[in-house]
Amino acid sequence: MKEQVSLAPNKRPRSAGNHRSRKRRPRRTLKRRIKRFKRRFKAKFASITSGGPVASIKKGVTYTILLTVCVLYLFPIYIVFTNSFKNRSELYESIVSLPGSFSLEYYITAMEKMVFLSALKNSLFVTLGSIVFIVALSSMTAWMLVRRTGKLSDSIFMIFVATMLIPFQTLMMPLMQEMGWIKNALRLPMTDTIGGLIYMYIGFGASLAVFLYHGFIKSIPKSLEEAAAIDGCTTFGIFWRIVFPILKPTTMTVIILDVIWIWNDYLLPSLTLTSKINRTIPLSTASFFGQFTIQWNLAMAGLTLTIIPVIIFYLCAQKYIIKGVAAGAVK
Amino acid sequence: MRRSLNSRWYFLFVFPLFFIFTTVVLVPFCLGIGYSFVTWDGLPLNPKTITGINNYISLINDERFLSSAIHTLKFTLLTIITINILALIFALFVTGNINTRVRNAARTMLFMPYLIGGLILGYIWKFILGDAFKSIGETTGLTSVFFNWLLDPDFAVLAMVVVTTWQMAGYVMIIYITGIQTIPEEVIEAAEVDGAGFWIKLFKIKFPLIMQSFTVCLFLTMSNCFKIFDVNLSLTGGGPYNSSEMFALNIYNEIFSLNNYGYGQAKALFFFIAVACFTLAQVVFTKKREVEMQ
Repeated sequence: MKEQVSLAPNKRPRSAGNHRSRKRRPRRTLKRRIKRFKRRFKAKFASITSGGPVASIKKGVTYTILLTVCVLYLFPIYIVFTNSFKNRSELYESIVSLPGSFSLEYYITAMEKMVFLSALKNSLFVTLGSIVFIVALSSMTAWMLVRRTGKLSDSIFMIFVATMLIPFQTLMMPLMQEMGWIKNALRLPMTDTIGGLIYMYIGFGASLAVFLYHGFIKSIPKSLEEAAAIDGCTTFGIFWRIVFPILKPTTMTVIILDVIWIWNDYLLPSLTLTSKINRTIPLSTASFFGQFTIQWNLAMAGLTLTIIPVIIFYLCAQKYIIKGVAAGAVK
Repeated sequence: MRRSLNSRWYFLFVFPLFFIFTTVVLVPFCLGIGYSFVTWDGLPLNPKTITGINNYISLINDERFLSSAIHTLKFTLLTIITINILALIFALFVTGNINTRVRNAARTMLFMPYLIGGLILGYIWKFILGDAFKSIGETTGLTSVFFNWLLDPDFAVLAMVVVTTWQMAGYVMIIYITGIQTIPEEVIEAAEVDGAGFWIKLFKIKFPLIMQSFTVCLFLTMSNCFKIFDVNLSLTGGGPYNSSEMFALNIYNEIFSLNNYGYGQAKALFFFIAVACFTLAQVVFTKKREVEMQ
């Protein structure tokens, strides 16, 4: 009986992709069947009100529009990619066509001129280093601020939150003056070093991370920690063995948000890092682009090089990225 | 004994981060207030002359600064509208009645530009809106649309709007999707049974229920657009004739190109106050209008 009902609407034309995926499915579990039955019922209900064939045409139109939009949306990236292979005359003949020959000539030149591998290494190092410290220090701080309530904790938390409003441009000049002073007076190498840059990223990333952790820790019950304390665990042990693993969702959010921010940040490194060897990817792209604005094919090859790591990262961690970005924004 | 041990742990956990945070954010902020009352060209040997509130007074008469303020407001307003409309359309499309695989693929593609940093995006579009548009115009003859946008004062601002929209729409879409997905299905079904059409469902049910997402998105797009820097620097560089120079770039140029450290810092503080007022006002305003789910 159930089978009959659920088979009947199957004859309605659907998209090709949908059909194929259904055929490939070997067995239908009861749960799936009920789910599909519900969906079919809804589809049937909708088709009564709006007319069967009209609905399917509507669906086809939706797919077509969606696909067109997506392709158009990524068209600029296609243009960058194809033009990075073309030679000069080919490039000015037609910008949208596919290249006649694939040569990696421009890539090799761009890699050399950008000192790409060193920039990639610096970017990775800065991003990883900053994030490790931001995650560790912010989660510790936020935990203490939640668990030891009092005037001090409240005011520290308020300071963290309030400073999220300050735009970087308000701080950049005095920050550079201060770091220069520290370098001269205390002999600590704060400017033009990767370590100094990481230090500054920890400071700038602290507010948001503490804010996110604070919100999450408030929702965790205390009982686990109390049990561990009775068992003789030190405060340090309680945090790292028990609390920190529970914080994983927030940690993922913090990591994702900070990777996007630090990897792409231009202004702060441009102010701190002056020597060529320390350049991160945005810096080397900017200086490379400044020199080769007329040689577009070379410039496009450079841009493709800088986009590739981002795309790899995106494809690997897509699920986490979308979840993390959504979670970070809503809070 | 126990008490002192506790406070030692507290110190150990909170102090390192708070120390770094103080040196990187709080101290420069206070220093910045001091610098804004001073005239100085940035060279350590040259004297810093205290000029009181003169820096703030000359802000009012600074034409370049005022025009950058107008550009920023124009740009922010336009971009908030385009980003949110586009993102909402995307979100409604993607959460519509379509195949999961198509949905995920679409979401992935639309979100992609956000991950590529503003600087790189600016360079990509500099090529497209500059030379590529010019050469398309020359071959097709449609020179009214296809010309070098970056050389026209009005179109340079429009180019900024296009690029920023392209960057942010996918990101804002994700937030709208999260909002739409929290609407319980029964509510929509009940409306359908009552005979609500597409538009009625959209305006009377979906929109009021995702009011919170509107708050978040407007807040985010506004503060991001108002503070735009990377795209501005790489796409137009403020040109032609400073006609697309936004607030943040203006401050940067004042300090690091024109070497007016004190005056630039006064601008930067004004910028901070503007950002703070805008965002606080908006949060208060939209919090009032949210519909609570019963």
